Parts: sequence; C-alpha cells; structure tokens
Amino acid sequence: MTQDDLTITDPKMRAQGVDVFYGDKQAINNVSIDVGTDLVTAFIGPSGCGKSTFLRSLNRMNDTVASAKVTGRIELDGEDIYAPSMDVVQLRARVGMVFQKPNPFPKSIYDNVGYGPRIHGLAPSKPDLDVIVERALVRAGLWDEVKDRLLESGTALSGGQQQRLCIARAIAVDPEVILMDEPCSALDPIATAKIEELIHELRGKFAIVIVTHNMQQAARVSQRTAFFHLGTLVEYGKTTDIFTNPKQDRTKDYITGRYG
Amino acid sequence: MTFNAAALLLLIAGLALIGWIAGRQRSNLLAGRAGTKLHSRPQYHGWYVALWLFAPAALFLAVWSSVSPGLITNQVLASDAAQSLPAFGFERGAILSDARSVALGQQERVRLPAAAPLVQPYADAAHQYAWIGIAAMLALALAGGLYAFTRIKPDFRARTRVERIVMAFLLLASLVAILTTFGIVLSLLFESIRFFQLVSPMELLFGTNWAPQSGAPVDDTFGGIPLFWGTVLIGAIIAMIVAIPIGMMTAVYLTQYAAPVVRRWVKPILEILAGVPTVVYGYFAALTVAPALREFAVMLGIPNASTESALAAGIVMGVMIIPFVSSMADDSINAVPQAMRDGSLALGATPNETIRQVLIPAALPGVMGGILLAVSRAIGETMIVVMAAGLSANLTANPFASVTTVTAQIVKLLTGDQEFDSAKTLAAFALGLVLFVVTLLLNIAALRIVKKYREAYE
Repeated sequence: MTQDDLTITDPKMRAQGVDVFYGDKQAINNVSIDVGTDLVTAFIGPSGCGKSTFLRSLNRMNDTVASAKVTGRIELDGEDIYAPSMDVVQLRARVGMVFQKPNPFPKSIYDNVGYGPRIHGLAPSKPDLDVIVERALVRAGLWDEVKDRLLESGTALSGGQQQRLCIARAIAVDPEVILMDEPCSALDPIATAKIEELIHELRGKFAIVIVTHNMQQAARVSQRTAFFHLGTLVEYGKTTDIFTNPKQDRTKDYITGRYG
Repeated sequence: MTFNAAALLLLIAGLALIGWIAGRQRSNLLAGRAGTKLHSRPQYHGWYVALWLFAPAALFLAVWSSVSPGLITNQVLASDAAQSLPAFGFERGAILSDARSVALGQQERVRLPAAAPLVQPYADAAHQYAWIGIAAMLALALAGGLYAFTRIKPDFRARTRVERIVMAFLLLASLVAILTTFGIVLSLLFESIRFFQLVSPMELLFGTNWAPQSGAPVDDTFGGIPLFWGTVLIGAIIAMIVAIPIGMMTAVYLTQYAAPVVRRWVKPILEILAGVPTVVYGYFAALTVAPALREFAVMLGIPNASTESALAAGIVMGVMIIPFVSSMADDSINAVPQAMRDGSLALGATPNETIRQVLIPAALPGVMGGILLAVSRAIGETMIVVMAAGLSANLTANPFASVTTVTAQIVKLLTGDQEFDSAKTLAAFALGLVLFVVTLLLNIAALRIVKKYREAYE
C-alpha cells in the first residue's frame, strides 16, 4: 500500500492494524488508514470486500453483532475508541452514520430530526429544538420541501427525501464525523445527484467517510479514495491519483472494470 | 339384513382399491405399447378410477343413511297394523321407537304391548329399504368406476382431474369450520330471538338488576349491566393491569436483553403457561389467591371483602393472559426492522432509549392488536370466574367484593334441570350472543390493526 503523497497531518480518525472477525471468519485484515478532518474519504471495492464492515467499526456499530470482534487500534482525535473508558453512546454522538437504505423512524419529520438532540439534551427548550431542527433540515437541503409539513410522518417522504432526512437527523446532533454506508444505493439518479451535491456542501463542516459501489460517485464526491479487496486495504491515496494513476495492478483492474 | 353404513363404507373402499389397481394396470398396458406416451403417470389413472368409484357411492351412502329411517317409518305408518296408533304426541313416538328397537335387534322384546304388532312391518320395511340402498349404492359405484375406467387413454389428463378433485376435498374441509361457525351463530340467534320475545333487548342491555326467576318473566329482573360490568372489571381492567405491563416487560427483556440461552428456556416455558387448562388456574385462584386477598382486605379494613373477589379472578386471569401479550409483543418488536434499531443506536441513543422511543412506538399497533385479542379471550374465559369470582350480580367498583360475569351466569343458568322454554334458560343464549358479538368485534378490530401494521414494513 502506498501512502507517500498523503498529506494528512492531523487526522480526525486513525486506524492502525485493525482486524475484524465474525466468529471464526476474518472480514478485515490488518487495515491502517487516516481519515482527514476536512476531506471526503471514499471506500471502494467489490461486494464482500469488507468496506462496510470496516466503516461500521469506526463508530462501533459492530458491537450490535454478537459474534463480531475488533482488534487493533482505532482513534478519534487521538483517543482509542475501543478503550474501556470510551463511552460508546458519546462516541456515536460524535461519529454519526447514514445507512444504505433510508431508515427514518415512524415518527413525524420534526421528531425524526429532533430525536438525537432530545436524547442528548442539546435543546433545553422547545424554541431551541425548533432552531436545531430547522438548521439541520436546511443543511441537509430538505427544509424548503418539508417546512410546511414537519408534523407529517417521515416515512411518507420519497426515498431520496427520506435519505436526506436521515442525513439531517445525523447532522442534528452536531457530530464530528459522518459515516455513509452506500447512501445512494437505494435511490434513483436524480435523488443520488442531490445527495452528492449535499456531500459537497457538507465537506469541511464534517469529516465524511462514504462507502460506495459506484466508482464514478467516488470520483465525483471524494478527495481521498481507499480501495479494499478481500478484507485488505490495497491502495489509499488522493482520489485523482487512484483513478488516473493507480499504483497497484489490482486497483487498476478494478477501476478499468476487469472485475468487481 | 340391516343397513350397516360402516360396513358398506368399507365395502366401497375395497372396491375403490380394486378400481385403483385396475386403472393403474390398464394405463400401464397402454404405456407398454410402442409409440404411446401417457399424459399422466399410471397411479393418477388409478386414483381417478378409485375416486370415481368411491366418491359418488359414499355421498349416496351419507344421504341414504339420513333419509332411509324416515322412509321406513312412513311405510310402517301406511301399514294396517299402524292404524290403531294414537294420533299424535309422546305415546305414538314411544311405541314406534320401541318397535324399531326390536325390529333392528337392539332390544330383545317390546316394552309397550301396543308396539308388538308393528315389529314385523318394521322389520320388513327395514329389510326392503336396506336392499334398495345397497343395490343403488353398488350400482352407483360400478357406474362411476366403469365411466372412469373407459376414459383411460394415453392422452387423458388424469393428473389434472385428480388434482382438481383433491382440491375440492380440501375446500370442503376448510368449509367445515366456517359452516360450523355459521351454525353456532344461527342456533344462538334463534334461541335469543325466543328470549327477546319474552324480555325486551333494552332491558337485557341496559337494565341494572339481575335476578332471573323461573317461570313467567318478572319485570326488571333481566338487567345485564351488573354482568357486563363484572366481565369488564375482571377481564378488561384487572386482568389487563396485570398482563400488559408484565407481558410487555417480558417481551422487551426476551427480544432485547436476554442471552440466547435464556431466551431458549424462557420462551417455551411461557408457551407451556399458555397451555395450562384454565380449570387449573381456577383452582389456584379459588384456593390460594382468593383467601390470601381476603385476609389482606380484612387487614386493611375494606368492607364487603369476599373470598370470591373480582381481584382474585382478575389477577389470575391476568397471569393466564401474560403469554398471549408477551408473545404478540415479542413478534411485533421483532418485526421492527433492524435498521430502526441501528438508526437509533447510531445517533448515540442507549439501548434503553432505543426501546422506549423507537422500538415500542413502532411495535405499538401490533402490540395493541395482541392486547385486543387477549381482552377478547379474557372476557370469554369461564372456568376461572366460575370458581373464583362468584355468582352474585353486584354493581360495585370494589375489587375485593364478589362480582359475576357473563360466562359465569351462562354456566349458572344452564346447569341442573332446565325447561327450555322459560326466559331464565333462554337468557343464557341471549348472553352468549352478546358475548359472541363483542368478542367477534374485538377480534376483527385486532386482526385489522395487526394486518395494517404488518403491511407497513413489507
């Protein structure tokens, strides 16, 4: 793996020698990677290569799978997130997540966005919460479409709107990192374009890590790209370098559509 | 020669077996010829012949068994010996049935002297109709079998036909339960109409005094309100106060917190609880819970504390309902997609917050459906209330007092010697009808809620 031209001096998250096991099966093998604060980082690779598994170990969502085990070291701002002293609830408030399929709660649009701020006590009063909800929906580019029907169910929105609602929900707790697990795979091209536009706008405000199947999407939205294959990190570098001048044959084969 | 339906059924079953073998044999022969290819495999041809042989004959047998006794009696009545019979009433029926028993060999000699001359005509008629029946049945079986046998050709679609006949049988089987339900409703309805001719429906539904007497109905003694209130107090209030929280907490624990090994043990034990006969719960309520509660009430100085208390019956009924509520809640919580849980956890919610604010609200419609089903079961439950709640119709909110329920009163009205034309007895059917309608509505509401909710996630 190459890391020579990588100029991340103060990484938001840093993984070192991470292995992930599901029972006896090893899903991730010795992955080390730095995630930059102001950058969008894309994880690409064929199905089953472990990119989603690795993403889910960055906010310890793998904890919900009883057989999953993570070894190695993953840091957030230099702090080991798997240390016993780390509170997983606070970790997930700092490292938010958007899932493959939009999963709004069967509650109103307002309550969907207000859910996180309420449980973390970010809004002492109703007007405070109103402000937080509005700001999150504005940042997620959904405000104009839903401002007149905040009390309608979130599940009544279209797929693309639901996904932006889920992004608003994640933004509302003011995280430092947002993990996106193939956020556009269940959406049509127009909704996908809107999400990509949104990722551009959110860049710089949050560190964003996006898993995607779609190489054009990785090229469009990210500044750094990591190529995973069979549970290992094959190549990591600037997105332009990965797509125009890959150093590894496996990366080149994947990008040119030889397999995947 | 008497008409023995069971033996005849065996006979045509034997014929059907022969038909099966013959049909199979014939199609095998056809298949053996060069250049022929059967549409259906040989055993389908066999089944086709066997079914044609068996089904019409069996149907005829069923009809004949129910029709022929009437025909025999008619013929006896037309005979000379029957002209001296009393015209109508109990005696005439007794003499006829006495003669029939002797003629069919069910008893040695006549008990009523008047029956003696009828024995011989009865035996003759029975003999004659038995022969007619058997001959017709055999003719039908052979005709059916021959018809099917002659239709066996290489390109005959026996499989399709057999499958269609089997489907018809399955349809018939599923109709049995439905038709029985209709029959039950109709019988309830007819008896209830007779009751409502004696007592106004308004009195039953809204009257507050329940003291049914034998004989002619006395005004203002068939007020159902105390019974309905007792039923609601025990089945829908006390039992649910016990069952809903405990059932819900059980479901939350089993779905969210329990280690797989705990779940593997606790769930079957709960299901066993659901299978305990209600009479056993009744013992428990009457012998253990009720006396303990009475002592407790006396200690607190509560007036009217009875050993037959609404509370004892309600608590035990609540315990009985727990497995219902918990298993419905369990299913509903499990049906909430994992994505909801993940979405909440990923926002930094604790498992507890996730359960309270996301899983339970999302599962609530299904849980509500389960609770309605549980209520409908609780208000229809009989044994516990008969044994523990008492029979005195009190209109009281004191849970330590004795109350009675619709089901307990039905039991009281129908046990012992009854004349089936008095308002007192007929009241049981009217109460049954009310209970049936209420539980039916509850079930419909519950199933609709559950169905609507299931669609939301599929």
